[in-house]
Amino acid sequence: MADRVFQPETLAIHAGQIPDSATGARALPIYQTTSFVFDSAEHAASLFNLATFGNVYSRLSNPTVAALEERVAALECGRAAVASASGMAAEAMALMTMLQAGDHVVAAGALYGGTVTMLAVNLRKFGVETTFVDATRPDAFAAAMRPHTRAVFAESLGNPSLTVLDVAAVADVAHAHDVPLVIDNTVPSPFLCNPIALGADIVVHSATKYLGGHGSTLAGIVVESGKFPWDNGKFPGMTEPSPGYHGVKFYETFGDFGFTMRCRMETLRVYGAALAPMSAWQILQGVETLPLRMERHCSNALAVAQHLRAHPAVSWVNYPGLEDHPQHALMKRQMKGASGLLAFGVKGGLQRGIAFIESAQFMSHLVNIGDTRTLISHPASTTHRQLDDAQQLAAGVKPDMIRISVGLEHIDDILWDIDQSLAKASA
Amino acid sequence: MQDEITTLRRILAAARTIAVVGLSAEWHRPSHFAAKYMQAKGYRVIPVNPRYDTILGERCVARVEDITEPVDIVDVFRRTEDVEPIADGAIRIGAKCLWQQIGVKNLKADAKARAAGLDSVMDRCVKIEHARLFGGLHWVGVNTRVLSARRPLVSPGTTVL
Repeated sequence: MADRVFQPETLAIHAGQIPDSATGARALPIYQTTSFVFDSAEHAASLFNLATFGNVYSRLSNPTVAALEERVAALECGRAAVASASGMAAEAMALMTMLQAGDHVVAAGALYGGTVTMLAVNLRKFGVETTFVDATRPDAFAAAMRPHTRAVFAESLGNPSLTVLDVAAVADVAHAHDVPLVIDNTVPSPFLCNPIALGADIVVHSATKYLGGHGSTLAGIVVESGKFPWDNGKFPGMTEPSPGYHGVKFYETFGDFGFTMRCRMETLRVYGAALAPMSAWQILQGVETLPLRMERHCSNALAVAQHLRAHPAVSWVNYPGLEDHPQHALMKRQMKGASGLLAFGVKGGLQRGIAFIESAQFMSHLVNIGDTRTLISHPASTTHRQLDDAQQLAAGVKPDMIRISVGLEHIDDILWDIDQSLAKASA
Repeated sequence: MQDEITTLRRILAAARTIAVVGLSAEWHRPSHFAAKYMQAKGYRVIPVNPRYDTILGERCVARVEDITEPVDIVDVFRRTEDVEPIADGAIRIGAKCLWQQIGVKNLKADAKARAAGLDSVMDRCVKIEHARLFGGLHWVGVNTRVLSARRPLVSPGTTVL
């Protein structure tokens, strides 16, 4: 009998966690331990040589964290995953594992501000150059490719630009140049969009957002498709003996999860941004209800977008779930829904927008997204403040933009708080 | 070719002795990794390699046909075009399963083995499948595709890790 292919709703609850072998515990135990005993000196040597799989030290792997890793790998249709202490750490680990000095990255311009800074400032310090291009134009990615380009990076749904990336078209561009496409899939979450099924090679998440969903815990994760041919000559670090891990050839030894093993044993082990077991457990409590929550985030956000567009105090609304969004058809093609993030401008400009934010009763003024709570912020002065005016526009951040991460409160109450805040702001 | 979870689990749970064709004596080669792992999990490994006397503490034989004791799995680390005579050898010595490693996919050898009543696996690593189905691979974040409400099964003769 062929193996059953389980649906995301089932994977979100079960993948990566079977009852505890020692106790039979059904819920996931929190393995709050730094280290794990060896059976013998031979067992220790075997683990360090990666000749057998097991736990050594929680900076490298931990059973509670492993449950999160396998579950997100399953939800993303991926082969393997490695978790990290935050979404930024996940992006850094993915890029530092595949890049070295002299390499070049082609990235979407419409990215989270911290990601732009990492590429334009931090990685540049180590000799990695990035060219930023218009995320809505696959031909712009193609035009920016250079002989030393080693990665293409973009968000499946831009935050806060809400541009939808044509993942399949940009994957074709990357693959025509024998380099991987790295997708930040934080805003749709794996329930709404599977970049790997569309051709992406690596997916990163800030699991802090929709995966966790409760706004209590930081976490990140890197997922590998298992399909990228790392032995194409452009990634000697994957095929040559690793000087960072006593001569192991990661691709030859581990095949379709070789990138994840290298990310774990070379990058995570050395830079140390490991996810705490307690944090992994908290994120997993959220993942179990991800499909249900995403459906409600989507329906609430669409209702808010329609309400705002009809509101006399609002000058513009940007939500890919609206039929007149320029990429609505693309969104429908590659996503189950447009997620819970939208942006709008208040008539009268920035000051009225700030008055809107400060007038809210239960909508929270803060810079997270993907919470159960409805969150509002002004990106130009917060998440994207480190960028200059041109970079802000390239990232899709308009000076008067208000971002809403629509939560799971009753839709009538959300619309009520929006209306009363707009009334105060426009008074 | 067989690759369902229940079949692979049955093959690996029933097996005791694995003949590893093309087993390298060099510790960093994939065949050495795999055989050493299977040894650590309680399987008897018989190296099939005419270039060495012993590997992993076991006496080498030159060909599968030279093995005189019962063999459960003939595990092949050779090029695809070289597998057919190995399949013949596996059938001749009464092995239970012909197992072609990742990247090894000889369809004729697969058909021959199945026609002779052997289980036949292709393009799979015996170590990775063992680790996937009996625990281990999960610890490094791999999507094992195993969903279960029962405690993990372990292969006979090994401790739960």
